[in-house]
Amino acid sequence: MIDDFLIRAGLAGLGLALATGPLGSFVVWRRMAYFGDATSHAAILGVAMALALHLPIAAGTLIVALTMALTVSTLAAKGWAMDTTLGVLAHSALAFGLVAISYVPGVRADLSGYLFGDILAVTSRDLGSVWGGSALVLGLLIWRWQPLLTATLSEDLAHASGLNPDRERLVLTLALALVVAVALKIVGALLIAAMLIIPAAAARGLARTPETMAALASGIGALACVAGLTLSLFQDTPAGPSIVSAAALIFALVAIFGKMRRS
Amino acid sequence: MSLISADNLAVHFGGSAVLSGVSLAVEPGEIVTILGPNGSGKSTLLRALLGIVPLSAGRVTRAAGLRLGYVPQKLAVDRSMPMTVRRFLSLPKRVGDVAATQALARVDLPEVEGRQMSELSGGQFQRVLLARALLSDPQLLILDEPTQGLDQPGEAAFYRLIEELRRETGAAVLMVSHDLHVVMAASDRVICLNGHICCEGTPRVVSNAPEYRALFGLGTKGALALYQHQHDHSHEGHDHAHHEHAHD
Repeated sequence: MIDDFLIRAGLAGLGLALATGPLGSFVVWRRMAYFGDATSHAAILGVAMALALHLPIAAGTLIVALTMALTVSTLAAKGWAMDTTLGVLAHSALAFGLVAISYVPGVRADLSGYLFGDILAVTSRDLGSVWGGSALVLGLLIWRWQPLLTATLSEDLAHASGLNPDRERLVLTLALALVVAVALKIVGALLIAAMLIIPAAAARGLARTPETMAALASGIGALACVAGLTLSLFQDTPAGPSIVSAAALIFALVAIFGKMRRS
Repeated sequence: MSLISADNLAVHFGGSAVLSGVSLAVEPGEIVTILGPNGSGKSTLLRALLGIVPLSAGRVTRAAGLRLGYVPQKLAVDRSMPMTVRRFLSLPKRVGDVAATQALARVDLPEVEGRQMSELSGGQFQRVLLARALLSDPQLLILDEPTQGLDQPGEAAFYRLIEELRRETGAAVLMVSHDLHVVMAASDRVICLNGHICCEGTPRVVSNAPEYRALFGLGTKGALALYQHQHDHSHEGHDHAHHEHAHD
């Protein structure tokens, strides 16, 4: 007997994995892990804003995540010390968000849903925004795939081929903000970056081209979603951490398998 | 009509001038080498010509529809990105298998299509970069210290390949080096750079120019003797190479 809410949860996870595979690969290739953290932690501030202004949660998180992502990539282009800057921005965005949310009446109880995800409570409308957002991100990445790869390898090479690396960076920034807005409900603000990085890192050990790595990362992400969801359902564990734990286990298995095969 | 030309070009980084008053032009089919010590602005000049760094004065003119192949100084393929040689050749423009195989064969690298870029040796890597540049059927090849990290025989072989490619395709070559006697055989014209153009001419003229000697500290008798010796040696190698091609 499979309930509707389970099917919705599964579909939401699959939809998310579609976008996080390719985007997460770029996050790994371009060493943007902390950048992902800053953007996703800012989502909590977006939740507070949306609740205070009676906006849809997705709109609030999208606006704040986009602002954060653009700020960070502008500062990076200006040559700020990124390690420190991102450390300051990521944690203060989270802290301000948590403080702001405490002023909104009646939300304290739901807070853990925003922090850790609440995939089992996904509604049909949520499902629509997850698949819509994911399809948008995937379409954007496929459309810009060749220029994005070239600019990731070498900005000089991209320039010499008549491409604009700044524009490609903007594409990734936009995609990241979209994924954050989409993933908040599923894995929660604290672990969105993990959902981007861990499946892609696991896929790295199995792939020989960028395309196979992106596709495998999506597959591993989907598998982790289903496994995490199952754990969450039967053991009543928080959804986001369960999914990320499953992804981490897959990563460990791939790493061990790879080591055994090489030796 | 020149393929690419710079007119009174200047580049500043953070208020200090890296290049000033640089004017040059590359004509179809010629090999021009830019020579200069570290920090002389050689790479910056190439990057300015390619439009990577903004000019603070002057201008760069390209022939209409110029097809340009670029071999960067260094390209680190991060180990986090899986990338076969074959896949790399299709960036940013996808190329067919036949063209890819031919380009690799032309740079004497058969059967590396399936290898990972991160597993290649320095010399192989530079040849793959060159093969990729050749795939756009360039009228002008721009190479930024293409032999960095190669040993001397590797370096000599690379420049011999450049010269052969020029002869076969008619492509002009603009390259950067820090070592005159290695590029001497393959260059039609040498430009000495140190923030501005110090001297230019055929390799032989430049090697005797006082500006060149001042720049590379070859003023003393001992160093000159050493240099002449190396130069003669490399020249012999050059003649020998020509001799071989006469049999082709």
